Amino acid sequence: MNALEFTIFVAMGSFLAGLLGALTGLGGGVVLVPLLTIFFKADIRYAIGASLVSVIATSSGAAAAYVKEGFSNIRIGMFLEIATTLGALCGAFLATVMPTRALAVIFGLVLLYSAYLSRKPRPPEQRNLPPDRLATRLKMNGSFPSEEGGVRHYNVQGVPAGFSLMFGAGALSGLLGIGSGAVKVLAMDQAMKIPFKVSTTTSNFMIGVTAAASAGIYLSRGYIDPGLAMPVMLGVLAGSLLGARVLIKAETKVLRLVFSLVIAFLGAQMIYKGVVGAI
Amino acid sequence: MSKWSDQKIEEIIGNLLRAGVMSSAAIVFAGGVIYLLKHGASHPDYHVFQGEPPDLSTLAGIFHNAFRLHGRGIIQLGLLLLIATPVARVAFSIWGFAAEHDRMYMLFATIVLVILLYSLLGVGSAF
Repeated sequence: MNALEFTIFVAMGSFLAGLLGALTGLGGGVVLVPLLTIFFKADIRYAIGASLVSVIATSSGAAAAYVKEGFSNIRIGMFLEIATTLGALCGAFLATVMPTRALAVIFGLVLLYSAYLSRKPRPPEQRNLPPDRLATRLKMNGSFPSEEGGVRHYNVQGVPAGFSLMFGAGALSGLLGIGSGAVKVLAMDQAMKIPFKVSTTTSNFMIGVTAAASAGIYLSRGYIDPGLAMPVMLGVLAGSLLGARVLIKAETKVLRLVFSLVIAFLGAQMIYKGVVGAI
Repeated sequence: MSKWSDQKIEEIIGNLLRAGVMSSAAIVFAGGVIYLLKHGASHPDYHVFQGEPPDLSTLAGIFHNAFRLHGRGIIQLGLLLLIATPVARVAFSIWGFAAEHDRMYMLFATIVLVILLYSLLGVGSAF
């Protein structure tokens, strides 16, 4: 396969990953690294570098649309970004010393967990919680336009737990070159009791900043190859922009099931390849 | 009052992000065309990790390469712009919080900015 053919195939695969990621809301980033390592036989470090770059592109592209709708909370985002960027630095340093086989196994476990999380029904939202002292001091409580029309107020809880979880999410992002949106939403939904709409959009907002923190280290370590990152970034961006546009609610249920099965399958593959050393 | 101000800031941030991503994609695409015209028939090998040479992994090297219109250098320049987009977003937030007289969040945004700049500029040094 010469460079032109390689570029076209990688761009097509990345386009599909971005499209499915946007349509299902599961994010395309998680399938990119297995795609590049298993099917295109790229070293996992090149794959992680290319994936991280595409994560910045999709997150910033989507965030641009979200911020205008008034769902995301820039104060919550900014405060938690302290945790995610510090975590991302640690993760990126770890990635440079960790054996690639261990990276593959950890990646596989994260894929399996993402697939599991996407099948689990979301617990009902708790509304009208009393204000928490720390969250109030940090001016995190906010409001957003509700479905019933009018404005819904919310009080943020569990700031220390959320902050710690966010550090973990950042470390995973820096270690594996993914957005770890799933962990971020988990921290904000479960620990901090932020309404789902606000947590999803705010988390998307933070993913780009988190990824930028490890991108510098990846770049200087030579993980970001232009020939590989170019088709990946352009493909994923085009796919996710199209996916966000054609999003039809009725059809995503089956698609979500199929995509989560694909993620689980790739997770098992990554673990197997990591264990036998075929990565 | 503060709510209106938040809204305004978020709108500018949204436009900033879109402009950054779109111009970076355009630069990466242009670099990709040049790269493929020159090296389309070569056989790239990503199976064995070698790391990128300094002229594609340091700021000075990338700028030097891009301004000589090398395809791979131009792609890296576009990716640098992409990485810089969220950084600019954080820098702009500092200004936004200052306009709202919110010292606490000016501090938080500054901490995040320092971490980002440390990663982007503090690199190149061996660790």
